[in-house]
Amino acid sequence: MTTENHGTSPVGRTEGAHTALQTRPSPQPAIEEVAESTTARGFWTRSHRAGTLFAVLGIAAAVGFGALAPSDQDARFRLSESADGFTIPIPAAAGAIAFGVLCAVAGVLLFTGVTRRFFGWSVGVALTSLLLSFLCWQVAGETMAVVTVAQTTLLLSLPLILGSLSGVLCERAGVINIAIEGQFLAGACAGALVGTLASNLWVGLAASALAGLFIAWLLAIFAIRYLVDQVVLGVVLNVFALGLTGFLFSRLMQPEQQTYNNPGTFKEVSIPLLSDIPFLGPVLFEASMFLYIALALVVIIQIGLFHTRWGLRVRAVGEHPTAADTVGIRVNRVRYLNVLYGGLVAGIGGAFFTLGRVGPFQENMTDGKGFIALAALIFGRWSPTGALAAALLFGFAEQLQIYLSAIGSEIPSEILAMAPYLATLLAVAGLIGKVRAPAADGQPYVNR
Amino acid sequence: MGWSEGRRILRTGPPRLRRCQSAHCNPSRSGARALWYGGVGGGGPLARAYKENPLKLELRGITKRFGDVVANDHIDLTVEPGEIHALLGENGAGKTTLMNVLYGLLQPDEGEILINGVPRTCNSPREAIAAGIGMVHQHFMLVPVFTVAENVMLGDERIRSRLPFLGFLDRRRARQDVLKVSADYGLEVDPDAIVEDLPVGLQQRVEIIKALRRQADLLILDEPTAVLTPQETDELLAVMRSLKADGKSIVFISHKLREVRAIADRITVIRHGRVIGTTGPETSEDELAAMMVGRAVRLRVEKKPATPGDVVLDIRDLRVVDDRGHRVVDGVNLQVRAGEVLGIAGVQGNGQTELVEAVMGLRPVVSGVISLEGQNLIGRTTKQILRAGVGYVPEDRSHDGVVRDFSVAENLVLDLYDRKPFASGLALRPQEIATSARKRIAEFDVRTSSPDTPVGTLSGGNQQKVIVAREMSRPLKLFVASQPTRGVDVGSTEFIHARIVAERDQGTAVLLVSSELDEVLALADRVAVMYRGKVLDIVTPDAPREHIGLLMAGVTGAAGPDGEAATTPTTATEHTDAAARETDSDEPGDESGGEDTP
Repeated sequence: MTTENHGTSPVGRTEGAHTALQTRPSPQPAIEEVAESTTARGFWTRSHRAGTLFAVLGIAAAVGFGALAPSDQDARFRLSESADGFTIPIPAAAGAIAFGVLCAVAGVLLFTGVTRRFFGWSVGVALTSLLLSFLCWQVAGETMAVVTVAQTTLLLSLPLILGSLSGVLCERAGVINIAIEGQFLAGACAGALVGTLASNLWVGLAASALAGLFIAWLLAIFAIRYLVDQVVLGVVLNVFALGLTGFLFSRLMQPEQQTYNNPGTFKEVSIPLLSDIPFLGPVLFEASMFLYIALALVVIIQIGLFHTRWGLRVRAVGEHPTAADTVGIRVNRVRYLNVLYGGLVAGIGGAFFTLGRVGPFQENMTDGKGFIALAALIFGRWSPTGALAAALLFGFAEQLQIYLSAIGSEIPSEILAMAPYLATLLAVAGLIGKVRAPAADGQPYVNR
Repeated sequence: MGWSEGRRILRTGPPRLRRCQSAHCNPSRSGARALWYGGVGGGGPLARAYKENPLKLELRGITKRFGDVVANDHIDLTVEPGEIHALLGENGAGKTTLMNVLYGLLQPDEGEILINGVPRTCNSPREAIAAGIGMVHQHFMLVPVFTVAENVMLGDERIRSRLPFLGFLDRRRARQDVLKVSADYGLEVDPDAIVEDLPVGLQQRVEIIKALRRQADLLILDEPTAVLTPQETDELLAVMRSLKADGKSIVFISHKLREVRAIADRITVIRHGRVIGTTGPETSEDELAAMMVGRAVRLRVEKKPATPGDVVLDIRDLRVVDDRGHRVVDGVNLQVRAGEVLGIAGVQGNGQTELVEAVMGLRPVVSGVISLEGQNLIGRTTKQILRAGVGYVPEDRSHDGVVRDFSVAENLVLDLYDRKPFASGLALRPQEIATSARKRIAEFDVRTSSPDTPVGTLSGGNQQKVIVAREMSRPLKLFVASQPTRGVDVGSTEFIHARIVAERDQGTAVLLVSSELDEVLALADRVAVMYRGKVLDIVTPDAPREHIGLLMAGVTGAAGPDGEAATTPTTATEHTDAAARETDSDEPGDESGGEDTP
């Protein structure tokens, strides 16, 4: 899932230690013997845990979904936009069983360690087939418009992507950003208000970014200079943003909506030629401008963090600020800047709620998305690409919930709504791989 | 690319460093250095690109205060070019503070620093580095999740020449930099290894490489041997000699007399923040110790031969895993008899900590037997184990040994607070607690202004005496002491050692764990050497030091110790827990103003 180049997995560690061993001239036999005996690890390695989990889930899906799915109906997945376009029919029961088995096979391969080098991909295959198995059962007798589902998924994921990128920027430098929600709200409100006043969406977008920056500035000042507990501070800033935007809304924007709260929305941007590609075109290249911004930011931040001087220093500051200080890096300056960058990104994420989707601002319209972005950040292991994957997963779960209640599924939608967060809890508990925050995350650095 | 090209880039950029070299920093440096570069390129060991302008350092009247505490009191120190200058002093004497002042981490209240005769007024590590000073900190300043090459280049990164303003890292050249320094000084390390996977000995190398890569001409080594095996220490001393041969000056901070005498050209002794004097390595250990402590010190522990009785603590085939699930105690068999001290020697992180925690019920046991006078201890709570007659001095004093905000009196009854006479029913009886506290404070010579003083404000040695006093005030069958004198001054160390011997003479079984080999050899009647979770051998304390040193490095077998030592690389401690680099000195008012290594 992540392309992070500092694997913290047990596997990576062993390899690292072995390469270190090889650099030395032939160690004594006695030493190697002892080394062999103590490198033996517990049975529940990452591969074993994940493998067992998916093998069990896969078999359960094959048996359970296979039995529940009607054997005489097809689940139809329509890949084109038009109602009579290209559709893949999958026999419901057979499909549920086949994908369940596929998941179990991926689990077994994970367990045996055959796919150790492709851990992330294997987990992805297992999860996808598990999901498809489930869909074969649910969609039986219906048609799922995959393009629409994918488009809506992206729309629902967008704020999560931008929010978790904000979190990546802050937390990689060692400042916990619980205030993403507040930055969203401030961004959404400022975007609508200023966008309306200026009659210009771009001015509105700039105002959104600055509003996010403002909340981030408060976070930075209090967390870095005044050493306030960062979790408490973040929560306080969220409440502050909620109150401030609520006040503006009820006193200004709601009574006189036409003057203050009618910014309009950005048009979808269609990229010539690319948008004509079947399936991918309508999903990826005929989308909100915010999608392009978000994806570009994922790439930029991913490369920036892991391949540039800036990123090396940011990560050093987040992992071991004293070490960074002793080689001449201004720890708190790096932290200030990163928190402010994060504010800009989250502010743009806030703008999406108003300028990107509906236009007018509503009180508390972000509805806790900032916190879910935080979950995506953790699920994605503090890396931009991981956060992107997690945000897409969460967005998809939300979309699935909407879709299934539309086709009248018997599964309570609340159960589905819970599922991705349950997965986050499992991931954070270290069930699949080790989740490790930057070592100095949340610890203020006091200059000596 | 060649090294010289890299150096040219280094010399001209990065701009941040160059700025510092300007003005007051060190005007002579860049000019003099350019001369050296003329000769580079020929290669050969003598024409190393490293050969720098020798650096002469003078500290004049350095004074540093923390509140009312004077950590450094008008310290004068001169380090000649190409000299190994040892800074000797007890924990808390102000050595580290002085070096942090020199390295720009702390600002002196008075005094000046001269480099090659020119006063230097730079105020941060950045500027110290630019002036040619490198420091290997006691707590390594390495980012654990970074590779060696990344750590070495951090703060002075190699950037790809294409699109330099984007700052893309040039990992290939960073790796070459490491290999180059490795080759020049025999400091072998894999540039792509993740630092946290390396044993402490290699991590220390990375620190040295980091300093050399920045063209340090003066290296400060802060207690570098505290975390090393005797063999690794020897290797480090050899590296120091080769650095010296290359014209580098070294300030070597230590409180270990043996090493200081072995390597130093001159020795400056510091006590209570003042320079006591500067001597040469010919000064005897007794004299040095006397200078360090301010009075004559008995370096040996006086004790009669032990009279071991029945087995008190019986450990059979014990297996324990650490927090990460690695098996760190692997089939240990140990018996401790009444009236003897069993010492456990070994480099930190070889399972000693977990062994002791298992005995004390602080860590679950995977398999095996632990019994106290035939009674099973496994599955008992720590409280039950303590009540069964076990005394315990934990390794991490301030974390596990005392409650820092509680008073001395309260800390003295942490074990028996709910028993008579200190409690009646649900209520504490402050009168009894205070009376008992006064008695024990006197008996154990705890230097505190009153029993009500918070323990956290006492010195490390006195905190440790509080713990020892508490634990020895119960009738004991077994006394478990883990690093009992870590970060403790010499006076308190003598006292604690004497009490441990006295406890033994009363017929208590003593299990002593210490990473200071000298301490184990001085106190123990038998020495068990642990390596990677196994007890490799149990020897008498008069066994040859080299033999024990080799066992600590995992080398068994009776072959000639010299031959083996030569071929035993530091890899012997590969795989040992990197977390073991936690060392001493965490008492208040100690040394640097704050060592906030997590």
